[in-house]
Amino acid sequence: MNKIPLILFAVLVVFFVVPMLKGKDPAILESVMLGKQVPEFSLPAVVKGKKGFSSKDLRATPAIVNVFSSWCMECRLEQGTLEAIGQIENIPIYGIDYKDTPEKLAPWLKEHGDPYTAIGTDTDGHVAIDWGVYGVPETFVIDAKGIIRYKYVGAVTDEVYRAIFRPLLAELRQ
Amino acid sequence: MKFWFLLFMLVTASFSALAVEPDERLKDPVLEARAREISKDLRCLVCQGQAIDDSNADLAKDLRVLVRKRLTAGDTDEEVRQFLKDRYGDFILLNPPVEKKTLLLWLTPAIVLGAGLIVAGVFVRKRSGQG
Repeated sequence: MNKIPLILFAVLVVFFVVPMLKGKDPAILESVMLGKQVPEFSLPAVVKGKKGFSSKDLRATPAIVNVFSSWCMECRLEQGTLEAIGQIENIPIYGIDYKDTPEKLAPWLKEHGDPYTAIGTDTDGHVAIDWGVYGVPETFVIDAKGIIRYKYVGAVTDEVYRAIFRPLLAELRQ
Repeated sequence: MKFWFLLFMLVTASFSALAVEPDERLKDPVLEARAREISKDLRCLVCQGQAIDDSNADLAKDLRVLVRKRLTAGDTDEEVRQFLKDRYGDFILLNPPVEKKTLLLWLTPAIVLGAGLIVAGVFVRKRSGQG
């Protein structure tokens, strides 16, 4: 009988420690958009020499859609990797510039790198809401039919590319 | 005594800060009341333990405005909730719906209470048996 508290304690420890060891971050939410068609949208251009884009552009080939902003610190960390992904994988990378201004974006791209095929500006953040975005950066993988196959929350670093994006993109090509 | 009591009340009284900004509010009081009710049950996804109704996060503000826009456009309360569920999933609801997946979640309090009553019952019986 007096062992019961100890057993209860052990159960609680397992209950709390297992998710910790799994390294699951409770702040990262699973997206309900996976397996769905990309939402309908059309975003105007924001920097010179680069077109805006719309949902129609996402139906021809696999593509990556990256939601970012010049005021987002973490976004700086992924520009290099995204550039490399674009070249290595030969895949278009579309940028949704979230609540940003052209004056700030242009110098930011020069400083941190510009991996984008096209950049559309989402000034009021409404298109991002249609994508189920709750923070920047978020990166989506779209297949050739325009279906959202994957979403990554946070900066896409080289490790993330190797562990997740590379195998996924290889699978989409088959 | 009365003075100290009043002072105590004054010092410990707290008012919940209102996150809804004046320019967000709708002119129609009925629609605004509906918007407030809906917002109280929508989770702020950035600050997960809070409702968008009392969060100052940017996204919470955007969602509050969106809720009001949809209500103004003629959506029912349920349509507004469905709109957000389609984008952010059930997690956006602070009260998860009762379904197979969440049944355990909803039943846990009853199960724990039942277990507690049984343990208490056994304990009481044992003691009265000894006495």
